[in-house]
Amino acid sequence: MLLLEAGKSAIQVIPMNWYITLCAVLFGLGVLGVMFRRNAIIILMSIEFMLNAVNLLLVAFSAQRSDPNAQVFVFFIMAVAAAEVAVGLAILMMVYRNTKTTDIDFLNKLKW
Amino acid sequence: MHLTITHILFGTLSFIAILSGILVIFSKNPVHSVLYLIVAFFAIAGHYILLNAQFLAIVHIIVYAGAIMVLFLFVIMMLNLNKETEPHKPAWIQIAAVIAGGVLMVTLVGALRNAGSLPLTQPNDVNIGLVGNLGKVLFTDFLVPFEISSILFLAAMVGAVMLGKKNIK
Repeated sequence: MLLLEAGKSAIQVIPMNWYITLCAVLFGLGVLGVMFRRNAIIILMSIEFMLNAVNLLLVAFSAQRSDPNAQVFVFFIMAVAAAEVAVGLAILMMVYRNTKTTDIDFLNKLKW
Repeated sequence: MHLTITHILFGTLSFIAILSGILVIFSKNPVHSVLYLIVAFFAIAGHYILLNAQFLAIVHIIVYAGAIMVLFLFVIMMLNLNKETEPHKPAWIQIAAVIAGGVLMVTLVGALRNAGSLPLTQPNDVNIGLVGNLGKVLFTDFLVPFEISSILFLAAMVGAVMLGKKNIK
């Protein structure tokens, strides 16, 4: 890309609403994954997928406005996601050690 | 509309991302889900490069494909999850989930389809995604959040170690 069209960004060629549509579809896929699967690890992965859809939209807006602040925000979102995954997987390991399952429907102790 | 190489790259990367996202949800084996998610993350990194966010593309590959997904893969292998141990929801809940997710997706796309048609307000600067430029912003305007994120990582690390210990008295 950089060799083909040196100094040109995709945002100058591709309309903004294409990116918005793509990110909406990716976010919807993440929501679908949370509702569809019962394995808690896959649900955590779907949450990561939703975060990535939002990250991509932030980068697209950043490119459109020529504003680096949004890209710094994406960097922070990645940092928080990494910390979240570390703690979340540790909790899931603990749950598995006590109940021998990662089935989210089995873990309904907090259900009212 | 004139179809350029950028359009073709955008379409290919979007297709790969959406297809592997669908495969993440619907593949029976959790290990396959992790591998398809890595493919989707590489497609998103390609999108970042198209948008001239080179630093973020590299960080994305290192953090997500390199660190987080390896963590997921290790946990799935440690718990020995496979196709046989994979729990399944009843069919009517699965159908309801697909309908609800599809309706949400259609609503989002329909509501946002005509948004964002504003023209570029200023001449597009292709250098904002480079390391030097981002580092300048990160270490001047966002220095305090950057330092706080290091404390967040310390807390996450201590928390993960505490949770992972065998039996806490």
